[in-house]
Amino acid sequence: MADRPARRALGGRRPSGALLGVVPFFAYVAVFLIIPTLVVVIGAFVGGKGGFTLSNLRALGQPAVTTALWHSVVLSAVTALAGAVIGALLAYAVSTGRPGGVLKKFITSLCGVLAQFGGVALAFAFLATFSATGYLTKVLTSAGLDSSGGLWLYEWDKGLMLVYLYFQIPLMLIVFLPAVEGLKPQWREATETLGGSTFLYWRKVAAPILMPSFIGGLLLLFTNAFSAYATAAALVSQGSPLLPLEIGGTFTSEVILGQENVGKAMALEMVVVVAVVMTAYVILDRRASRWLVR
Amino acid sequence: MSGGRGQRAAFRRRQDVLRWVVVTVVLLFFFTPLVASLDFTTRDASGNRSLQTWTTLLNFPAISQRYPDLQAGFLASVGLAVLTVGIMLVLLVPTMTWVRLRVPGATRTVEFLCLLPLTVPAIVLVVGLTPVYAWVTYFLGGATIWLAFAYVVLVLPYAYRAIDAGLRAIDVRTLSEAARSLGASWPTVMARVILPNLRTAVLSASFLAVALTLGEFTIANLFSRTNLQVAMFLLGKSDAQISVAVGLASLVFAFLVLFAMSFVGGQRGAVAPLARLRRNRKETR
Repeated sequence: MADRPARRALGGRRPSGALLGVVPFFAYVAVFLIIPTLVVVIGAFVGGKGGFTLSNLRALGQPAVTTALWHSVVLSAVTALAGAVIGALLAYAVSTGRPGGVLKKFITSLCGVLAQFGGVALAFAFLATFSATGYLTKVLTSAGLDSSGGLWLYEWDKGLMLVYLYFQIPLMLIVFLPAVEGLKPQWREATETLGGSTFLYWRKVAAPILMPSFIGGLLLLFTNAFSAYATAAALVSQGSPLLPLEIGGTFTSEVILGQENVGKAMALEMVVVVAVVMTAYVILDRRASRWLVR
Repeated sequence: MSGGRGQRAAFRRRQDVLRWVVVTVVLLFFFTPLVASLDFTTRDASGNRSLQTWTTLLNFPAISQRYPDLQAGFLASVGLAVLTVGIMLVLLVPTMTWVRLRVPGATRTVEFLCLLPLTVPAIVLVVGLTPVYAWVTYFLGGATIWLAFAYVVLVLPYAYRAIDAGLRAIDVRTLSEAARSLGASWPTVMARVILPNLRTAVLSASFLAVALTLGEFTIANLFSRTNLQVAMFLLGKSDAQISVAVGLASLVFAFLVLFAMSFVGGQRGAVAPLARLRRNRKETR
Protein backbone atom coordinates (compact mmCIF):
# COMPACT_ATOMS: atom_id res chain seq x y z
CA MET A 1 0.00 0.00 0.00
CA ALA A 2 2.82 2.36 0.85
CA ASP A 3 4.89 2.19 -2.31
CA ARG A 4 2.19 2.71 -4.92
CA PRO A 5 1.28 6.33 -3.97
CA ALA A 6 4.94 7.10 -3.41
CA ARG A 7 5.81 6.00 -6.94
CA ARG A 8 2.95 8.01 -8.34
CA ALA A 9 4.24 11.01 -6.42
CA LEU A 10 7.68 10.45 -7.93
CA GLY A 11 6.11 10.89 -11.34
CA GLY A 12 5.22 14.49 -10.42
CA ARG A 13 7.00 17.60 -11.50
CA ARG A 14 9.66 18.08 -8.88
CA PRO A 15 9.69 14.82 -7.03
CA SER A 16 12.66 15.19 -4.69
CA GLY A 17 11.71 18.62 -3.35
CA ALA A 18 8.04 17.78 -2.93
CA LEU A 19 8.69 14.52 -1.13
CA LEU A 20 11.13 16.20 1.24
CA GLY A 21 8.16 18.02 2.79
CA VAL A 22 6.59 14.83 4.11
CA VAL A 23 9.81 13.31 5.47
CA PRO A 24 9.45 14.70 9.04
CA PHE A 25 5.97 13.25 9.38
CA PHE A 26 6.98 9.82 8.12
CA ALA A 27 10.09 9.82 10.30
CA TYR A 28 8.07 10.67 13.40
CA VAL A 29 5.39 8.08 12.68
CA ALA A 30 8.06 5.49 11.95
CA VAL A 31 9.77 6.02 15.31
CA PHE A 32 6.73 6.34 17.56
CA LEU A 33 4.14 4.19 15.81
CA ILE A 34 5.64 1.79 13.26
CA ILE A 35 8.62 0.68 15.33
CA PRO A 36 6.49 0.04 18.46
CA THR A 37 4.03 -1.95 16.37
CA LEU A 38 6.87 -3.98 14.85
CA VAL A 39 8.39 -4.50 18.30
CA VAL A 40 5.10 -6.08 19.40
CA VAL A 41 4.62 -8.14 16.25
CA ILE A 42 8.19 -9.38 16.02
CA GLY A 43 8.64 -9.75 19.76
CA ALA A 44 5.70 -12.13 19.84
CA PHE A 45 7.80 -14.56 17.78
CA VAL A 46 11.12 -14.17 19.58
CA GLY A 47 12.16 -16.58 22.31
CA GLY A 48 13.83 -15.82 25.63
CA LYS A 49 17.31 -16.40 24.19
CA GLY A 50 16.53 -14.82 20.83
CA GLY A 51 15.65 -16.65 17.67
CA PHE A 52 12.32 -17.46 16.09
CA THR A 53 9.84 -19.38 18.22
CA LEU A 54 6.16 -20.08 18.50
CA SER A 55 6.32 -20.75 22.23
CA ASN A 56 5.04 -17.26 23.08
CA LEU A 57 1.95 -17.86 21.00
CA ARG A 58 1.60 -21.27 22.60
CA ALA A 59 1.75 -19.53 25.98
CA LEU A 60 -1.47 -17.78 24.97
CA GLY A 61 -3.12 -21.12 25.62
CA GLN A 62 -2.24 -20.96 29.34
CA PRO A 63 -5.37 -20.96 31.50
CA ALA A 64 -4.52 -17.54 32.99
CA VAL A 65 -4.34 -15.94 29.55
CA THR A 66 -7.38 -17.65 28.04
CA THR A 67 -9.42 -16.77 31.13
CA ALA A 68 -8.31 -13.15 30.90
CA LEU A 69 -9.20 -13.06 27.20
CA TRP A 70 -12.56 -14.67 27.88
CA HIS A 71 -13.31 -12.18 30.69
CA SER A 72 -12.31 -9.28 28.44
CA VAL A 73 -14.50 -10.50 25.59
CA VAL A 74 -17.51 -11.12 27.83
CA LEU A 75 -17.11 -7.82 29.65
CA SER A 76 -16.75 -5.92 26.36
CA ALA A 77 -19.63 -7.75 24.67
CA VAL A 78 -22.07 -7.34 27.55
CA THR A 79 -21.28 -3.67 28.20
CA ALA A 80 -21.30 -2.97 24.46
CA LEU A 81 -24.73 -4.55 24.04
CA ALA A 82 -26.26 -2.97 27.14
CA GLY A 83 -24.58 0.36 26.44
CA ALA A 84 -25.70 0.32 22.81
CA VAL A 85 -29.34 -0.44 23.64
CA ILE A 86 -29.58 2.12 26.46
CA GLY A 87 -27.54 4.69 24.53
CA ALA A 88 -29.69 4.24 21.42
CA LEU A 89 -32.86 4.66 23.49
CA LEU A 90 -31.42 7.80 25.04
CA ALA A 91 -30.42 9.11 21.61
CA TYR A 92 -33.93 8.54 20.30
CA ALA A 93 -35.46 10.19 23.36
CA VAL A 94 -33.20 13.20 22.98
CA SER A 95 -33.89 13.44 19.23
CA THR A 96 -37.64 13.82 19.86
CA GLY A 97 -36.98 16.99 21.83
CA ARG A 98 -36.75 20.48 20.42
CA PRO A 99 -33.86 20.58 17.85
CA GLY A 100 -31.85 23.41 19.38
CA GLY A 101 -33.22 22.95 22.89
CA VAL A 102 -31.34 23.12 26.17
CA LEU A 103 -32.09 19.47 26.98
CA LYS A 104 -30.23 18.30 23.90
CA LYS A 105 -27.29 20.62 24.48
CA PHE A 106 -27.15 19.52 28.11
CA ILE A 107 -27.23 15.78 27.31
CA THR A 108 -24.76 15.95 24.42
CA SER A 109 -22.31 18.05 26.45
CA LEU A 110 -22.67 15.76 29.45
CA CYS A 111 -22.14 12.66 27.33
CA GLY A 112 -19.20 14.30 25.56
CA VAL A 113 -17.49 14.62 28.93
CA LEU A 114 -18.60 11.30 30.42
CA ALA A 115 -17.56 9.31 27.35
CA GLN A 116 -13.99 10.33 28.18
CA PHE A 117 -14.36 10.21 31.95
CA GLY A 118 -12.67 6.84 32.22
CA GLY A 119 -9.81 5.90 34.43
CA VAL A 120 -8.88 6.78 37.95
CA ALA A 121 -11.52 9.42 38.68
CA LEU A 122 -14.31 7.13 37.49
CA ALA A 123 -13.10 4.24 39.61
CA PHE A 124 -12.96 6.50 42.67
CA ALA A 125 -16.43 7.89 42.00
CA PHE A 126 -17.83 4.35 41.97
CA LEU A 127 -15.90 3.50 45.13
CA ALA A 128 -17.49 6.52 46.79
CA THR A 129 -20.88 5.18 45.69
CA PHE A 130 -20.82 1.42 46.12
CA SER A 131 -17.92 0.45 48.38
CA ALA A 132 -18.58 -0.76 51.94
CA THR A 133 -18.75 2.80 53.25
CA GLY A 134 -20.08 4.23 49.97
CA TYR A 135 -22.99 6.61 49.68
CA LEU A 136 -25.50 4.26 48.06
CA THR A 137 -24.43 1.29 50.17
CA LYS A 138 -25.12 3.32 53.30
CA VAL A 139 -28.47 4.49 51.98
CA LEU A 140 -29.48 0.96 51.00
CA THR A 141 -28.21 -0.57 54.23
CA SER A 142 -30.13 1.92 56.34
CA ALA A 143 -33.20 0.94 54.32
CA GLY A 144 -32.41 -2.71 55.07
CA LEU A 145 -31.85 -3.65 51.43
CA ASP A 146 -28.14 -4.36 51.21
CA SER A 147 -25.89 -6.52 53.33
CA SER A 148 -23.20 -7.42 50.82
CA GLY A 149 -20.75 -4.78 52.04
CA GLY A 150 -20.01 -3.63 48.50
CA LEU A 151 -17.42 -6.30 47.73
CA TRP A 152 -19.12 -7.10 44.43
CA LEU A 153 -17.77 -3.84 43.02
CA TYR A 154 -14.31 -5.35 42.61
CA GLU A 155 -15.54 -8.35 40.67
CA TRP A 156 -15.03 -8.11 36.93
CA ASP A 157 -18.47 -9.44 35.96
CA LYS A 158 -20.53 -7.27 38.32
CA GLY A 159 -18.75 -4.12 39.40
CA LEU A 160 -16.64 -3.58 36.30
CA MET A 161 -19.62 -4.07 34.02
CA LEU A 162 -21.53 -1.35 35.82
CA VAL A 163 -18.53 0.98 35.82
CA TYR A 164 -17.85 0.41 32.12
CA LEU A 165 -21.49 1.22 31.29
CA TYR A 166 -20.79 4.66 32.70
CA PHE A 167 -18.65 5.52 29.67
CA GLN A 168 -20.29 3.16 27.15
CA ILE A 169 -23.77 4.72 27.26
CA PRO A 170 -22.49 8.28 26.61
CA LEU A 171 -20.29 7.07 23.76
CA MET A 172 -23.25 5.34 22.13
CA LEU A 173 -25.33 8.50 22.39
CA ILE A 174 -22.60 10.45 20.65
CA VAL A 175 -22.11 8.07 17.74
CA PHE A 176 -25.78 7.15 17.35
CA LEU A 177 -27.45 10.55 17.69
CA PRO A 178 -26.55 11.70 14.14
CA ALA A 179 -28.14 8.52 12.76
CA VAL A 180 -31.42 9.00 14.64
CA GLU A 181 -31.51 12.64 13.66
CA GLY A 182 -31.02 11.55 10.05
CA LEU A 183 -34.47 9.93 10.14
CA LYS A 184 -36.60 12.29 8.11
CA PRO A 185 -40.13 13.06 9.41
CA GLN A 186 -41.32 12.70 5.80
CA TRP A 187 -40.57 8.98 5.93
CA ARG A 188 -42.93 8.55 8.86
CA GLU A 189 -45.55 10.70 7.16
CA ALA A 190 -45.22 8.67 3.97
CA THR A 191 -45.77 5.47 5.97
CA GLU A 192 -48.85 6.96 7.62
CA THR A 193 -50.27 8.21 4.33
CA LEU A 194 -49.96 4.71 2.94
CA GLY A 195 -51.85 3.40 5.96
CA GLY A 196 -48.91 2.01 7.95
CA SER A 197 -48.92 1.87 11.73
CA THR A 198 -46.14 3.11 14.02
CA PHE A 199 -45.02 -0.49 14.46
CA LEU A 200 -44.85 -0.98 10.71
CA TYR A 201 -42.84 2.23 10.34
CA TRP A 202 -40.29 1.05 12.87
CA ARG A 203 -40.08 -2.45 11.44
CA LYS A 204 -39.96 -1.63 7.73
CA VAL A 205 -38.44 1.86 7.56
CA ALA A 206 -36.59 3.09 10.62
CA ALA A 207 -35.03 -0.17 11.84
CA PRO A 208 -33.43 -1.14 8.50
CA ILE A 209 -32.02 2.39 8.13
CA LEU A 210 -30.70 2.53 11.68
CA MET A 211 -29.41 -1.04 11.81
CA PRO A 212 -25.95 -0.42 10.24
CA SER A 213 -25.39 2.58 12.54
CA PHE A 214 -26.53 0.59 15.54
CA ILE A 215 -24.28 -2.39 14.83
CA GLY A 216 -21.44 0.00 13.98
CA GLY A 217 -21.90 1.69 17.35
CA LEU A 218 -22.01 -1.71 19.02
CA LEU A 219 -18.66 -2.69 17.49
CA LEU A 220 -17.10 0.64 18.44
CA LEU A 221 -18.28 0.17 22.03
CA PHE A 222 -16.80 -3.31 22.02
CA THR A 223 -13.32 -2.10 21.04
CA ASN A 224 -13.67 0.80 23.48
CA ALA A 225 -14.24 -1.56 26.40
CA PHE A 226 -11.75 -4.11 25.12
CA SER A 227 -8.92 -1.53 24.96
CA ALA A 228 -9.73 0.16 28.27
CA TYR A 229 -7.06 -0.26 30.91
CA ALA A 230 -7.07 2.65 33.37
CA THR A 231 -10.49 2.13 34.96
CA ALA A 232 -9.92 -1.55 35.64
CA ALA A 233 -6.36 -0.93 36.85
CA ALA A 234 -7.54 1.67 39.34
CA LEU A 235 -10.38 -0.50 40.62
CA VAL A 236 -8.95 -4.01 40.61
CA SER A 237 -5.77 -4.25 42.64
CA GLN A 238 -5.42 -8.02 42.99
CA GLY A 239 -5.20 -10.57 40.20
CA SER A 240 -5.48 -9.75 36.52
CA PRO A 241 -8.92 -10.77 35.39
CA LEU A 242 -8.71 -8.87 32.08
CA LEU A 243 -6.36 -9.08 29.12
CA PRO A 244 -5.08 -5.46 29.37
CA LEU A 245 -4.38 -5.99 33.08
CA GLU A 246 -2.58 -9.24 32.27
CA ILE A 247 -0.40 -7.42 29.74
CA GLY A 248 0.29 -4.66 32.27
CA GLY A 249 1.20 -7.40 34.75
CA THR A 250 3.88 -8.94 32.54
CA PHE A 251 5.19 -5.44 32.06
CA THR A 252 5.59 -4.40 35.68
CA SER A 253 6.38 -7.72 37.34
CA GLU A 254 9.95 -8.81 37.95
CA VAL A 255 10.86 -10.13 34.57
CA ILE A 256 10.86 -13.88 34.36
CA LEU A 257 12.98 -14.69 31.33
CA GLY A 258 10.93 -14.64 28.15
CA GLN A 259 7.81 -13.49 30.00
CA GLU A 260 7.96 -10.05 28.40
CA ASN A 261 7.68 -11.65 24.98
CA VAL A 262 4.58 -13.50 26.15
CA GLY A 263 3.31 -10.01 26.97
CA LYS A 264 4.02 -9.05 23.37
CA ALA A 265 2.14 -12.10 22.14
CA MET A 266 -0.84 -11.04 24.26
CA ALA A 267 -0.54 -7.51 22.91
CA LEU A 268 -0.55 -8.93 19.39
CA GLU A 269 -3.65 -10.95 20.24
CA MET A 270 -5.32 -7.74 21.39
CA VAL A 271 -4.37 -5.83 18.25
CA VAL A 272 -5.78 -8.61 16.08
CA VAL A 273 -9.12 -8.56 17.91
CA VAL A 274 -9.40 -4.76 17.83
CA ALA A 275 -8.29 -4.56 14.18
CA VAL A 276 -10.90 -7.10 13.06
CA VAL A 277 -13.70 -5.34 14.92
CA MET A 278 -12.61 -1.86 13.80
CA THR A 279 -12.48 -2.97 10.16
CA ALA A 280 -16.05 -4.25 10.44
CA TYR A 281 -16.99 -0.92 12.04
CA VAL A 282 -15.50 1.12 9.19
CA ILE A 283 -17.32 -0.98 6.58
CA LEU A 284 -20.66 -0.71 8.40
CA ASP A 285 -20.21 2.98 9.02
CA ARG A 286 -19.69 3.55 5.32
CA ARG A 287 -23.01 1.83 4.66
CA ALA A 288 -24.72 3.77 7.44
CA SER A 289 -23.54 7.17 6.26
CA ARG A 290 -25.48 6.73 3.00
CA TRP A 291 -28.61 7.81 4.89
CA LEU A 292 -26.93 10.54 6.85
CA VAL A 293 -26.44 13.04 4.06
CA ARG A 294 -28.38 16.10 5.09
CA MET B 1 -57.88 13.42 7.77
CA SER B 2 -60.28 14.80 10.40
CA GLY B 3 -58.78 12.87 13.32
CA GLY B 4 -55.28 13.67 12.17
CA ARG B 5 -54.64 16.52 14.56
CA GLY B 6 -55.90 14.66 17.63
CA GLN B 7 -53.87 11.60 16.70
CA ARG B 8 -50.79 13.74 16.24
CA ALA B 9 -51.25 15.41 19.63
CA ALA B 10 -51.61 12.01 21.32
CA PHE B 11 -48.47 10.85 19.53
CA ARG B 12 -46.61 13.95 20.70
CA ARG B 13 -47.69 13.34 24.30
CA ARG B 14 -46.53 9.73 24.14
CA GLN B 15 -43.18 10.86 22.79
CA ASP B 16 -42.85 13.45 25.57
CA VAL B 17 -43.54 10.85 28.25
CA LEU B 18 -41.03 8.42 26.72
CA ARG B 19 -38.43 11.17 26.48
CA TRP B 20 -38.72 12.23 30.10
CA VAL B 21 -38.80 8.68 31.45
CA VAL B 22 -35.68 7.62 29.52
CA VAL B 23 -33.77 10.82 30.20
CA THR B 24 -34.63 10.76 33.91
CA VAL B 25 -33.59 7.14 34.40
CA VAL B 26 -30.28 7.55 32.56
CA LEU B 27 -29.48 10.84 34.27
CA LEU B 28 -30.12 9.17 37.61
CA PHE B 29 -27.46 6.60 36.70
CA PHE B 30 -25.07 9.32 35.54
CA PHE B 31 -25.52 11.52 38.59
CA THR B 32 -25.51 8.94 41.40
CA PRO B 33 -21.69 8.46 41.41
CA LEU B 34 -21.20 12.21 41.11
CA VAL B 35 -23.51 12.95 44.04
CA ALA B 36 -21.81 10.18 46.01
CA SER B 37 -18.41 11.73 45.26
CA LEU B 38 -19.65 15.11 46.40
CA ASP B 39 -21.02 13.50 49.57
CA PHE B 40 -17.71 11.72 50.14
CA THR B 41 -15.65 14.89 49.77
CA THR B 42 -17.83 16.93 52.10
CA ARG B 43 -17.46 14.76 55.20
CA ASP B 44 -14.84 14.89 57.90
CA ALA B 45 -13.38 11.96 59.80
CA SER B 46 -16.32 11.73 62.20
CA GLY B 47 -18.87 11.80 59.40
CA ASN B 48 -20.08 15.37 59.81
CA ARG B 49 -20.47 17.83 56.95
CA SER B 50 -17.35 19.83 56.30
CA LEU B 51 -15.99 21.87 53.44
CA GLN B 52 -12.43 21.15 54.55
CA THR B 53 -11.47 19.21 51.39
CA TRP B 54 -12.71 21.86 49.01
CA THR B 55 -11.15 24.77 50.88
CA THR B 56 -7.85 22.87 50.86
CA LEU B 57 -8.21 22.33 47.13
CA LEU B 58 -8.61 26.05 46.54
CA ASN B 59 -5.68 26.88 48.78
CA PHE B 60 -2.78 26.53 46.37
CA PRO B 61 0.13 26.95 48.83
CA ALA B 62 -1.34 24.27 51.09
CA ILE B 63 -1.84 21.92 48.14
CA SER B 64 1.71 22.29 46.92
CA GLN B 65 3.06 21.79 50.43
CA ARG B 66 0.94 18.86 51.56
CA TYR B 67 0.47 17.08 48.26
CA PRO B 68 3.70 17.52 46.29
CA ASP B 69 2.72 14.60 44.04
CA LEU B 70 -0.48 16.32 43.03
CA GLN B 71 1.31 19.55 42.25
CA ALA B 72 4.02 17.77 40.27
CA GLY B 73 1.44 15.69 38.41
CA PHE B 74 -0.65 18.73 37.58
CA LEU B 75 2.31 20.72 36.31
CA ALA B 76 3.55 17.73 34.32
CA SER B 77 0.14 17.27 32.71
CA VAL B 78 -0.08 20.94 31.78
CA GLY B 79 3.39 20.76 30.24
CA LEU B 80 2.47 17.53 28.46
CA ALA B 81 -0.68 19.12 27.06
CA VAL B 82 1.21 22.11 25.70
CA LEU B 83 4.01 20.01 24.18
CA THR B 84 1.59 17.45 22.72
CA VAL B 85 -0.48 20.17 21.04
CA GLY B 86 2.71 21.84 19.79
CA ILE B 87 4.22 18.71 18.24
CA MET B 88 0.85 17.62 16.84
CA LEU B 89 0.31 20.95 15.07
CA VAL B 90 3.88 21.27 13.77
CA LEU B 91 3.72 17.71 12.49
CA LEU B 92 0.25 17.56 11.00
CA VAL B 93 -0.71 20.97 9.64
CA PRO B 94 2.27 21.51 7.28
CA THR B 95 2.37 17.85 6.24
CA MET B 96 -1.32 17.65 5.43
CA THR B 97 -1.26 20.95 3.57
CA TRP B 98 1.85 19.92 1.67
CA VAL B 99 0.37 16.53 0.75
CA ARG B 100 -2.71 18.28 -0.57
CA LEU B 101 -0.68 20.70 -2.68
CA ARG B 102 2.32 18.77 -3.92
CA VAL B 103 2.11 15.03 -3.17
CA PRO B 104 -1.57 14.06 -3.52
CA GLY B 105 -0.45 10.49 -4.17
CA ALA B 106 0.52 10.16 -0.51
CA THR B 107 -2.93 11.11 0.81
CA ARG B 108 -4.09 7.54 1.43
CA THR B 109 -0.85 6.58 3.14
CA VAL B 110 -0.94 9.57 5.48
CA GLU B 111 -4.58 8.91 6.31
CA PHE B 112 -3.89 5.24 6.96
CA LEU B 113 -0.99 6.02 9.27
CA CYS B 114 -2.97 8.66 11.15
CA LEU B 115 -5.90 6.31 11.76
CA LEU B 116 -3.71 3.33 12.63
CA PRO B 117 -3.55 4.20 16.38
CA LEU B 118 -7.28 3.46 16.58
CA THR B 119 -6.44 -0.23 16.31
CA VAL B 120 -3.47 -0.09 18.67
CA PRO B 121 -4.72 0.24 22.28
CA ALA B 122 -2.62 2.37 24.64
CA ILE B 123 -1.60 -0.69 26.65
CA VAL B 124 -0.21 -2.30 23.49
CA LEU B 125 1.59 0.90 22.59
CA VAL B 126 3.28 0.78 26.01
CA VAL B 127 4.66 -2.67 25.26
CA GLY B 128 6.01 -1.59 21.88
CA LEU B 129 7.30 1.78 23.04
CA THR B 130 9.58 0.34 25.74
CA PRO B 131 12.74 0.12 23.57
CA VAL B 132 11.94 3.46 21.90
CA TYR B 133 11.68 5.15 25.28
CA ALA B 134 14.91 3.54 26.37
CA TRP B 135 16.51 5.64 23.62
CA VAL B 136 14.47 8.74 24.48
CA THR B 137 15.63 8.45 28.09
CA TYR B 138 19.20 7.94 26.90
CA PHE B 139 19.21 11.09 24.77
CA LEU B 140 16.80 13.41 26.57
CA GLY B 141 16.59 12.10 30.14
CA GLY B 142 13.67 10.54 31.98
CA ALA B 143 11.46 13.61 32.45
CA THR B 144 7.71 13.06 32.32
CA ILE B 145 7.31 15.65 29.59
CA TRP B 146 8.84 13.42 26.90
CA LEU B 147 5.77 11.21 27.12
CA ALA B 148 4.29 13.84 24.81
CA PHE B 149 5.89 11.96 21.89
CA ALA B 150 3.65 8.98 22.64
CA TYR B 151 0.61 11.15 23.35
CA VAL B 152 0.89 12.69 19.90
CA VAL B 153 0.42 9.20 18.48
CA LEU B 154 -2.69 8.68 20.61
CA VAL B 155 -4.11 12.01 19.43
CA LEU B 156 -3.27 11.41 15.77
CA PRO B 157 -6.62 9.96 14.55
CA TYR B 158 -8.75 12.67 16.14
CA ALA B 159 -6.45 15.52 15.17
CA TYR B 160 -6.22 14.21 11.61
CA ARG B 161 -9.99 14.22 11.18
CA ALA B 162 -10.38 17.69 12.65
CA ILE B 163 -7.66 19.24 10.50
CA ASP B 164 -8.76 17.31 7.41
CA ALA B 165 -12.25 18.80 7.78
CA GLY B 166 -10.72 22.27 8.07
CA LEU B 167 -8.58 21.84 4.95
CA ARG B 168 -11.58 20.53 3.06
CA ALA B 169 -13.50 23.69 3.81
CA ILE B 170 -10.95 26.04 2.21
CA ASP B 171 -9.39 26.11 -1.23
CA VAL B 172 -5.79 25.49 -0.21
CA ARG B 173 -4.47 25.41 -3.75
CA THR B 174 -5.87 28.74 -4.90
CA LEU B 175 -4.95 30.46 -1.66
CA SER B 176 -1.36 29.26 -1.72
CA GLU B 177 -0.89 29.88 -5.45
CA ALA B 178 -2.16 33.43 -5.02
CA ALA B 179 0.23 34.01 -2.14
CA ARG B 180 3.14 32.36 -3.99
CA SER B 181 2.58 34.44 -7.13
CA LEU B 182 2.67 37.56 -4.96
CA GLY B 183 6.12 36.48 -3.81
CA ALA B 184 5.45 34.82 -0.46
CA SER B 185 7.79 32.07 0.70
CA TRP B 186 6.40 28.69 1.79
CA PRO B 187 6.80 29.45 5.52
CA THR B 188 4.94 32.73 5.01
CA VAL B 189 2.17 30.92 3.13
CA MET B 190 1.86 28.48 6.05
CA ALA B 191 1.92 31.05 8.82
CA ARG B 192 -0.04 33.92 7.29
CA VAL B 193 -2.42 32.28 4.80
CA ILE B 194 -3.16 28.64 5.63
CA LEU B 195 -3.03 28.69 9.44
CA PRO B 196 -5.41 31.65 9.96
CA ASN B 197 -7.93 29.96 7.68
CA LEU B 198 -7.72 26.75 9.72
CA ARG B 199 -8.37 28.46 13.04
CA THR B 200 -11.47 26.44 14.01
CA ALA B 201 -9.98 23.12 12.93
CA VAL B 202 -6.72 23.80 14.76
CA LEU B 203 -8.63 24.84 17.87
CA SER B 204 -10.77 21.72 17.96
CA ALA B 205 -7.78 19.45 17.28
CA SER B 206 -5.93 21.17 20.12
CA PHE B 207 -8.91 20.87 22.45
CA LEU B 208 -9.09 17.14 21.80
CA ALA B 209 -5.36 16.77 22.40
CA VAL B 210 -5.57 18.62 25.71
CA ALA B 211 -8.55 16.56 26.89
CA LEU B 212 -6.81 13.32 25.97
CA THR B 213 -3.53 14.33 27.58
CA LEU B 214 -5.10 15.40 30.86
CA GLY B 215 -6.98 12.09 31.09
CA GLU B 216 -4.09 9.80 30.17
CA PHE B 217 -3.14 7.20 32.77
CA THR B 218 -2.03 3.98 31.10
CA ILE B 219 1.24 5.05 29.50
CA ALA B 220 2.36 7.31 32.33
CA ASN B 221 1.60 4.71 35.00
CA LEU B 222 3.36 1.83 33.26
CA PHE B 223 6.41 3.96 32.46
CA SER B 224 6.43 5.07 36.15
CA ARG B 225 6.05 8.77 35.39
CA THR B 226 3.77 11.03 37.40
CA ASN B 227 1.12 12.97 35.51
CA LEU B 228 -2.18 14.25 36.89
CA GLN B 229 -4.00 10.92 36.65
CA VAL B 230 -1.13 8.95 38.19
CA ALA B 231 -0.90 11.52 41.01
CA MET B 232 -4.63 11.10 41.66
CA PHE B 233 -4.17 7.33 41.69
CA LEU B 234 -1.29 7.53 44.18
CA LEU B 235 -3.15 10.04 46.32
CA GLY B 236 -6.22 7.81 46.33
CA LYS B 237 -4.37 5.46 48.66
CA SER B 238 -3.37 8.09 51.24
CA ASP B 239 -5.91 10.89 50.96
CA ALA B 240 -8.83 9.72 48.87
CA GLN B 241 -10.96 12.79 49.55
CA ILE B 242 -8.63 15.22 47.82
CA SER B 243 -8.21 12.77 44.97
CA VAL B 244 -11.97 12.39 44.42
CA ALA B 245 -12.42 16.16 44.71
CA VAL B 246 -9.84 16.76 41.97
CA GLY B 247 -11.59 14.25 39.71
CA LEU B 248 -14.98 15.81 40.34
CA ALA B 249 -13.70 19.34 39.83
CA SER B 250 -12.05 18.47 36.51
CA LEU B 251 -15.23 16.75 35.32
CA VAL B 252 -17.41 19.74 36.18
CA PHE B 253 -14.91 22.07 34.55
CA ALA B 254 -14.83 20.05 31.31
CA PHE B 255 -18.63 19.90 31.26
CA LEU B 256 -18.99 23.65 31.73
CA VAL B 257 -16.54 24.31 28.88
CA LEU B 258 -18.40 21.95 26.51
CA PHE B 259 -21.84 23.21 27.56
CA ALA B 260 -20.80 26.82 27.00
CA MET B 261 -19.28 25.92 23.63
CA SER B 262 -22.52 24.26 22.55
CA PHE B 263 -24.22 27.65 22.90
CA VAL B 264 -21.46 29.67 21.27
CA GLY B 265 -20.24 27.57 18.40
CA GLY B 266 -23.36 25.65 17.39
CA GLN B 267 -22.94 21.88 17.60
CA ARG B 268 -19.23 21.70 16.94
CA GLY B 269 -17.90 21.97 20.46
CA ALA B 270 -20.33 19.51 21.98
CA VAL B 271 -19.29 16.68 19.70
CA ALA B 272 -16.85 14.17 21.10
CA PRO B 273 -13.89 12.90 19.08
CA LEU B 274 -15.41 9.67 17.85
CA ALA B 275 -18.50 11.41 16.59
CA ARG B 276 -16.23 13.77 14.76
CA LEU B 277 -14.51 10.80 13.15
CA ARG B 278 -17.78 9.62 11.72
CA ARG B 279 -19.13 13.00 10.79
CA ASN B 280 -16.04 13.87 8.81
CA ARG B 281 -15.99 10.55 7.11
CA LYS B 282 -19.44 11.41 5.84
CA GLU B 283 -18.06 14.64 4.43
CA THR B 284 -15.43 12.74 2.50
CA ARG B 285 -17.95 10.73 0.51
